Amino acid sequence: MPRRHDLESICLIGSGPIVIGQACEFDYAGCQALKVLREDGFRTIVVNSNPATIMTDPGFADRTYLEPLDLEGVTDVLARERPGALLPTMGGQTALNLARELAEAGVLADLGVELIGAPLDVIRRAEDRQLFRTAVRGCGLQVPVSRIVTTLEELGGVSLPAVVRPAFTLGGHGGGFVETVETLHQQVERGIAESPIDQVLVEESVRGWDEFELEVVRDRKDNVVIVCSIENIDPMGVHTGDSVTVAPQMTLSDHAYQELRDAAAAVIRAVGVECGGSNIQFARERETGELRVIEMNPRVSRSSALASKATGYPIAKVAAKLAVGYSLDEIPNDLTGTTPASFEPTLDYVVVKFPRFAFEKFPGADTTLGTQMKSVGEAMGIGRTFVEAFRKAQRSRELDGRETWALDESAHPWFQGELARELDVGGLDDLVADDFLRLKREGWSDAEIGARSAATEDDVRARRRSCGVRPVYRRVDSCAGEVEAASTYYYSTWGEADEAPPRGNAPRVVILGSGPNRIGQGIEFDYCCVHAAQSFRALGYEAVMVNCNPETVSTDYDTSDRLYFEPLGLEEVLAICERERPDGVAIQFGGQTPLKLARGLETAGFRIMGTPFDAVDLAEDRERFGALLARLGIRCPEWGIAGNASEARAIATRIGFPVLIRPSYVLGGRAMRVCYSVDDLGAVDRPVLIDRFVESAIEIDVDAVSDGRDTFIGAVMQHVEEAGVHSGDSACVLPAPSLSAAEDAEIRSIVETLAPALGVVGLLNVQFAISEDAVYVLEANPRASRTVPFASKATGVNLVQAACRVMAGERVSKLGLAEGQSLEHVSVKAAVLPFARFPGADPVLGPEMRATGEVMASAADLPTAFAKAERAAGRPLPIAGTAFLSVRDADKRAVVDVASKLAALGFKLLATAGTAETLETAGLEVERVRKVTESGAGPSVVDLIRRGRCNLVVNTPHGSGARTDGYLIREAALVARVPCITTLSGAAAAVHAIANARNEGSLSLQERIERETRAA
Amino acid sequence: MSGFLALEDGTIFRGETVAADGFAVGEAVFTTAMTGYQEIVTDPSFAEQLICFTATMVGNYGVAEGRSESSRPHARAVLMREARGPGWTDWLHERGIVALSGIDTRSLVLRLREAGALRGVVVAGEGSVEQAVEVARAHAPMAGRTLAPAVSTARPYVYSDAGRARVAVVDYGCKRSILRRLAGAGAAVTVFPHDVTADELRRFDGVLLSNGPGDPAPLVDEIAVVRELIGSVPILGICLGHQLLAIAAEHTTYKLPFGHRGANHPVVDRTSGRVLVTSQNHGFAVTPSEAREATHVSLYDGTVEGLDFPLEHARSVQFHPEAGPGPHDAWPIIETWVEEVAYAEAA
Repeated sequence: MPRRHDLESICLIGSGPIVIGQACEFDYAGCQALKVLREDGFRTIVVNSNPATIMTDPGFADRTYLEPLDLEGVTDVLARERPGALLPTMGGQTALNLARELAEAGVLADLGVELIGAPLDVIRRAEDRQLFRTAVRGCGLQVPVSRIVTTLEELGGVSLPAVVRPAFTLGGHGGGFVETVETLHQQVERGIAESPIDQVLVEESVRGWDEFELEVVRDRKDNVVIVCSIENIDPMGVHTGDSVTVAPQMTLSDHAYQELRDAAAAVIRAVGVECGGSNIQFARERETGELRVIEMNPRVSRSSALASKATGYPIAKVAAKLAVGYSLDEIPNDLTGTTPASFEPTLDYVVVKFPRFAFEKFPGADTTLGTQMKSVGEAMGIGRTFVEAFRKAQRSRELDGRETWALDESAHPWFQGELARELDVGGLDDLVADDFLRLKREGWSDAEIGARSAATEDDVRARRRSCGVRPVYRRVDSCAGEVEAASTYYYSTWGEADEAPPRGNAPRVVILGSGPNRIGQGIEFDYCCVHAAQSFRALGYEAVMVNCNPETVSTDYDTSDRLYFEPLGLEEVLAICERERPDGVAIQFGGQTPLKLARGLETAGFRIMGTPFDAVDLAEDRERFGALLARLGIRCPEWGIAGNASEARAIATRIGFPVLIRPSYVLGGRAMRVCYSVDDLGAVDRPVLIDRFVESAIEIDVDAVSDGRDTFIGAVMQHVEEAGVHSGDSACVLPAPSLSAAEDAEIRSIVETLAPALGVVGLLNVQFAISEDAVYVLEANPRASRTVPFASKATGVNLVQAACRVMAGERVSKLGLAEGQSLEHVSVKAAVLPFARFPGADPVLGPEMRATGEVMASAADLPTAFAKAERAAGRPLPIAGTAFLSVRDADKRAVVDVASKLAALGFKLLATAGTAETLETAGLEVERVRKVTESGAGPSVVDLIRRGRCNLVVNTPHGSGARTDGYLIREAALVARVPCITTLSGAAAAVHAIANARNEGSLSLQERIERETRAA
Repeated sequence: MSGFLALEDGTIFRGETVAADGFAVGEAVFTTAMTGYQEIVTDPSFAEQLICFTATMVGNYGVAEGRSESSRPHARAVLMREARGPGWTDWLHERGIVALSGIDTRSLVLRLREAGALRGVVVAGEGSVEQAVEVARAHAPMAGRTLAPAVSTARPYVYSDAGRARVAVVDYGCKRSILRRLAGAGAAVTVFPHDVTADELRRFDGVLLSNGPGDPAPLVDEIAVVRELIGSVPILGICLGHQLLAIAAEHTTYKLPFGHRGANHPVVDRTSGRVLVTSQNHGFAVTPSEAREATHVSLYDGTVEGLDFPLEHARSVQFHPEAGPGPHDAWPIIETWVEEVAYAEAA
């Protein structure tokens, strides 16, 4: 069945900001889908609020809307664009839920938009527990014995242990495993609150059963193929997103595997997915072989992205083609070119995925793994054996601290056996070629061998090489070598023949990726890497990508000329560079990860392209940077380096409190703290930087491109939250609203001075604090920053492309970039925070970054853009109701302004004693409520928030001291989904937006850029 | 102990021996099936072959008696990147099978794909490489070999004695899964040696021509029997059985460069347009044909994967609808056939 000709334009919904359970795998899926739909001549429209995605680049679709992913936002776009169809299967649960809402609200019918890929009844059957159960039982399979519950009264007779699963939430959010009646009641209450349809499923626990997932694709002709089987090493009970998983499955006999395969085919048919991919999860009792169907996602998923990277079978691309009418036998397999997509990939290697957690960011949070996903990213390793793949994935996580993963006792004995073998080496000098080969084939790195043999990584490498032991590279070809493939997707292994080494004379650049997503280093850097690959290819280079994150667009084999799916360690990157002999290595796009390798690469004689490593060191080494600023006459906050507690006290006392303390070389504000007194300084066991903390300052972020002489200022952005809140967690506005012309000029002049002084060739990010008319440089990062995608989309200038051209030798002045263009629109970037995932951790903004993702909104004025951004971030601002205020003493004066504006807007004010007094003194009408810790009659503030009596909470934490009451208030707001603002500057911006936001229709990125260009 | 594989072209692959000592001579082939190692080595169609598994971890879930496709292994040797024991390797050892682990299987596969299936010798232990290469070269090539007689049953036996249709199976190297599927579909099954006469077979409601090893072309007597049967009794051919029916019906067969062996091969059913993901194991194939009776076609190379002569009630498939190992997509082919045979008998 060929392409449908009755459709002309198709709208695709993205997945919005990166949140736990929904990351850049949907950017990967969306990009693939858009690419094939456009190739097929469809007009494409994309809606996604996440600016860091590649799919929202103006070149990826005919019309791109950075609009909130809610009913209103998408309806507006659909009404404006009138597409023939809506494809909701590429944007995760967000898109699927939205499609359901749009259909149920009658929007799709009214506008004549057809739902393709997953029609409404399919979405319902897969997502509604009862319908799903009926469908599964209808094909002779079983789901865990369960009951759908909407109130606590319906829990009588439930057998324990049980699992609580709320309907329609991300990553099983709000669910959990319970063993007692008490915990059952608590969990069900929480689950009902989390579920948008107030429904949870309480089901038989299959904890400890083996867990498998199958990636299934089906077409209109009823052809079904299983793309990949995935086995969870952590058995049932741990969310699959938090499990270490392996593909293909390792422990099932053919008979048992085919039973799963049959079950998967039966389920996809029963649910009725007719043209697309699905992920189906099974629990299997190890001894009896009893099977339970756990769940099904009638869309592409995190697992399907993993399966695509694991097999080379592009599920999203195929699913998009199926949705527009093709059948599987009409779609070619890209990797072979000669065979169709209607086959099942076979693997001659093993793939292991490891989750990456960020618990260190959430002190107090419960770190136990359960049915609710908590990991923030993942890394994948490919090897010829299980242990080789396992260890590559394990070290690809780039942990900051200690290893916390341990094999669960209930894991399958096969995995216990494979992982039982410890690294056993004597002295380095005793090792001969065969020993190295054995160790390498077991997946051990040079660094790990070094650690066990009292040698450095470099020593091990030298010894290994002198024994002639070097890695070889194999192709991922989806067919185990059976069919000739021109695939350019590689992984390393040992002791075999090398396959298809690079040929040709084209200049070559190796681009180092950013590894697993983590807080502080996420999709923004993958965006930069992908653009770097595209830009260098356009400049005539061969782009070679190295990365280990299976969720990303950068690890799509189409993105680069050659892809090495490898850990981003010095060992692996050096080996790749030796094979590729690149003209340069690009280290400035992948965040902190490539910077750690730069020195080693330079030492080995490889050329760093653009900004040399010394510039990085100059900017990061505070002594050198301080000296440079002093020489250039640029102001920075007073600072010092302390090696112990007494030095820290002395320095802090000298420069005056408050101070900011942090280790150097960190991204995302890891371990960064503001200290208000000597008592706050705490223990100092390694050298720390101490800076004077510029209070009540405006914080400014600048992204620029320099050729080492001339500098192009791409964007000057202002943070909404004051200095002290990590820039990654703060909302950000472009153009900066509070800068005077003089300040703006000073900032530009500083960046123009600093860039050549540092030796920047490429991207540069500088952060400033402006306090009492003085401009301070806080830090300079001679590399791509988190704000590059936002800045590029807001201004319409592709900064990464400009940087690549400069790195390739062009002058900034020849790039044709319009300097200092005045923008017609205001763009706001807002952060999305994962606090709801980490009960126990205080949901307050601070110098340590905790945001997982971001959204962007643009409008003609700031309040409108800000309100829209908050809506896109899932925190729509209330326009009426009750506002609760409780602020620290330092904010008491300023809170009056916020409160009086709220009162003027008709809000009823609630406050605790201290704040109430301030407001009453200022003549405002306030109702007093007691804190939880205060005794007294009537409900406490927490009770009121829980009962839904507050529509807005403003609560600023004290600089030091106990946080108990504040914490309880903020947690209550989080659970009740009430917007909770923890800085006064944030509150002021919110109130300004509530008062002044207008209704403004959507505008596509392409139209906006066109207007900006015309204006310039 | 180390060991090696020597191919007739002089290529050598080294590994560790993990099962029996000694050496094995045969045709080196590879299978891309990711599960079912025990089923594969006990499939009589692998007679005189050295099997290389492209899946890298082999032996993970041990062995179980019920999984064997015949009473013993038929493959001569097993070549693996990473063997897992002891269940699997001990089982091979006890049955005298030579097996190597640590082989660069992907390079071997790429070599076979380029050169075509090659004769080889697997040596477990020390041995002369030159001598091994000589032995490989001296071994008779697979084309022209009749191997079915050696693996067929010596005398007839009843596999299952009750059923709605009486089916005779001609055993050219029949897999147990075929018998199981037939019985499961409600057939009473009697198994006959490869040289059974047409008269004997005609007494049954239907005849299944089984899979088996070697080249179909030289099986002249067997083909003659099939020719006699066509039109007189319903026939279902599988694998070698398909090839025999094809030759009997004036199609030709030829030796594939390196065969189709795996559990993921797409075959299109021309009548319905549906694609079956099939289990395959054949080194010879029916030449691509536009003839009406060619119902199934390989999406890899266009070879004829299925034939149907409705007027003669004869049909066949090149792939393995019985699975064992592999996907169950084509199970209905056997079930439908038994159903039809039973229906015709009742009528």
